[in-house]
Amino acid sequence: MPILEGKGVTKYFGGLAAVSNVDFSVEQKEAFGLIGPNGAGKTTLFNLISAALTTKSGIIKFKGENITGLKPYKICRMGIARTFQTVKVFPDLPALSNVTLGFHFGMSPGLSSKDAVREATELLEFVGLSALKATPAKDLTLANQKRLEVARALATDPELLLLDEMMAGLNPTELAQAMELIARIRDKGITIIMIEHVMKAIMNVCERIMVLHHGQKIAEGTPQEIATSEEVIKVYLGDKAHARS
Amino acid sequence: MIVELLDIIIAGLLLGGIYALIAVGLSLQYGVARVFNISHGEFIMLGAFATWILYATANINPLISLIICGPFVFLIGFFLHKTLFRSLLSSSPSMDIFESKSMLACFGLLFIIQNLAMLIWGTDFKGYSYLNVGVNIGGAVFAANRLVTLLYAVVIGTAFYLFLAFTRLGKAIRAAAQDPRTAGLMGVDINQVLALCFGFGAVMAGFAGALISMCYPIQTTMGLEYTVIAIIVVTLGGLGSIVGSFVGGFLLGLIGIIVSYIEPSLYMVVFYFIFSLLLLVRPKGILGK
Amino acid sequence: MDIAMLKTPKNLITGAILLVILVLLATLPLYGPGYPVILLSSILMYVILTVGWVIFSAPTGYISLAPAAFFGFGIYTSAIIGKAIPFAVVVAIGGAASFCLALIVGALTLRLRGIYFAVFTFGLLMLIANSFNYYEIHFTGTRGRFVMVKGYDTIYLFMLGIFVLLMITATIIKHSKYGLALMSIGQEEEAAEHTGVNVVMVKVIVFAVSAFFMGAAGSVMATKWTYIDSGIAFYMLYSFMPVLMAIFGGMGQLYGPVIGAAIFTYVEELLITRFPEVYMLIFGIILVISILYLPDGLVGLIQASWKRFSVRKHADT
Repeated sequence: MPILEGKGVTKYFGGLAAVSNVDFSVEQKEAFGLIGPNGAGKTTLFNLISAALTTKSGIIKFKGENITGLKPYKICRMGIARTFQTVKVFPDLPALSNVTLGFHFGMSPGLSSKDAVREATELLEFVGLSALKATPAKDLTLANQKRLEVARALATDPELLLLDEMMAGLNPTELAQAMELIARIRDKGITIIMIEHVMKAIMNVCERIMVLHHGQKIAEGTPQEIATSEEVIKVYLGDKAHARS
Repeated sequence: MIVELLDIIIAGLLLGGIYALIAVGLSLQYGVARVFNISHGEFIMLGAFATWILYATANINPLISLIICGPFVFLIGFFLHKTLFRSLLSSSPSMDIFESKSMLACFGLLFIIQNLAMLIWGTDFKGYSYLNVGVNIGGAVFAANRLVTLLYAVVIGTAFYLFLAFTRLGKAIRAAAQDPRTAGLMGVDINQVLALCFGFGAVMAGFAGALISMCYPIQTTMGLEYTVIAIIVVTLGGLGSIVGSFVGGFLLGLIGIIVSYIEPSLYMVVFYFIFSLLLLVRPKGILGK
Repeated sequence: MDIAMLKTPKNLITGAILLVILVLLATLPLYGPGYPVILLSSILMYVILTVGWVIFSAPTGYISLAPAAFFGFGIYTSAIIGKAIPFAVVVAIGGAASFCLALIVGALTLRLRGIYFAVFTFGLLMLIANSFNYYEIHFTGTRGRFVMVKGYDTIYLFMLGIFVLLMITATIIKHSKYGLALMSIGQEEEAAEHTGVNVVMVKVIVFAVSAFFMGAAGSVMATKWTYIDSGIAFYMLYSFMPVLMAIFGGMGQLYGPVIGAAIFTYVEELLITRFPEVYMLIFGIILVISILYLPDGLVGLIQASWKRFSVRKHADT
């Protein structure tokens, strides 16, 4: 059974279809990539899965259960966690408290505050922020804020993690660290769906990739298949480039 | 029946003209300068008392004292922004925090201005009689001063609309309302524009106050009621829209007259009810997008 | 909250000091009746309103101007049912009435953000005040109501009891996971929701809990005034003062608002009796200055200068 399944997922903004009749299916423990030009509807799809937005029509199922229409906190407590395209850390809270919150309200909310702090400390170490645990989140670098978001998401103990452009704006060293972090998250058995513009990252990490364009799914397959798909090349490079080749 | 209806409609328009003018000022101050000016009504009160003083002591025609009171209120608003709000703006980490802080500071201003006015003028009702003659419109009789008030409100509103639409400064103000940072990058002196806007907002309040003093008795504690009306109109018409303020103003004027006609003591209840309901259902206003 | 946390020596000493102060305050009426008891009742009234306001508004950043509505609900409860029922029950019902009002208001409005929320709560206060006024004049035929009279000592002891309960509640909330949730809501509501926090529930419950204490305080204070009407019960300043006192005292620590409210109420009493004609003016000036120059309030100022002082001391030695 797939961990996440979408059938005919559709969302309009005004009269414009941001996501139009998209089907998808993500397997357990898979790393699933989501790419497409700007405005293709990738983040909208994330928002629909995590219930930040409500779908106009279509069904999203998590582990066989219909989750359309649930509230975001319910989705989170079922085991779907996410990060944000523009980081949304709690700026004045120390890094540690950012993460502790996830332990208190995620999948295992019965934790005592001592245990939550201990677990959060371990998780900060896991993402490489243990030296900065007392620093207010707003004083962290962008790369560290993104790691903090990942730690906060992991603290809710998810089975499925949605990463929205985690690599954007990182320098080469930070990029390597981020890819290594994703590999370690996968070692924990967590399924990952990631939106990414950094092609090298997505090609290396993901088993399967789905391409969105103008809200529609135009291709899906292994990185190899996607890299050679004429349809995808056309979308990314335009018709002229295609004609020349 | 028809005369009665006409009576209500015209009375509503007359009241609505003043409401619109009040709202334009608040809309400008919040829409551009992001200051939710709870003390807006105090500027109305200042305009009203300045007009009254000029009439009572020097017998100056209220319609002329508009020209004297305008700059006077403008300067108060302008310098308040230059000092108080600008300093709050630079010390606030985000726009949300600035909005909260400046709103609270406006409560402080409300107390300060009102108390100062009470020290000078006491708390009794004041008033004078100007153009208080009847004019017959289709069988219904209206005081001439109210008709003049409506005329002035429409003229001032239109003039301000044209100013925003066609002058260089007007364009800068609209740019600042859309996106202050980009406007700043395009060479607009953003602090100056914001201060001017706050000043213009105060002028609108001052004008409205002067017109109000021609038609109604005035009191140093009158401010808050007008602030509330301005907030309702702005909520009705949508923030930052002059046309919206006029539509909202006339609408609220009509509602006010209709309610007074049916059950005068429900007047304030209905106003606050509309106000609360609107914020719940449509915080962007009826014309907002 | 962790019990183990309370057992450190420092906390033990703080606890002991607090207990001594509490015993002194509770036995105050024994040393003789009179002005201190009356003054302390007024101080406690504002302290309760302020701390009640701070529980919800400080961490979330939602500026509520509804305290006067909740306070007034308690006052009217006392006036309507006060004569028939034991006083303690009246106070509990007064609190419960405000709690319910806050549940409804909260469920309706907490999706409004920023100044919209502040403006709405203010409008609501005025709507309730005007509606009560209309109802009284048209249906009961009188403007106001008489409230049963209680002794100053009784009023004082009830206020003290509410205050102690409130401080315990506030401390528990602040140190629990819900305190953390409230702060996360104030800083990045969307992220909080996606981290599993049922934001609507947390906000509404805490808003209602804070209203409970305001309502309870209202039912007690009503008996001090003996006559009330909608203008007295829903007096706007009961909404503004808590905000002002909290900003003045500082909201970083729970004792900030307590100190702010205590000093302010004392100053208010002085001003009203000696300089009634300028007391609003002075309040306004203090409010503006606090917002401009005391971002962390009086307590923040003292903490900062204490830090500077101890740094200098270390540098000298």
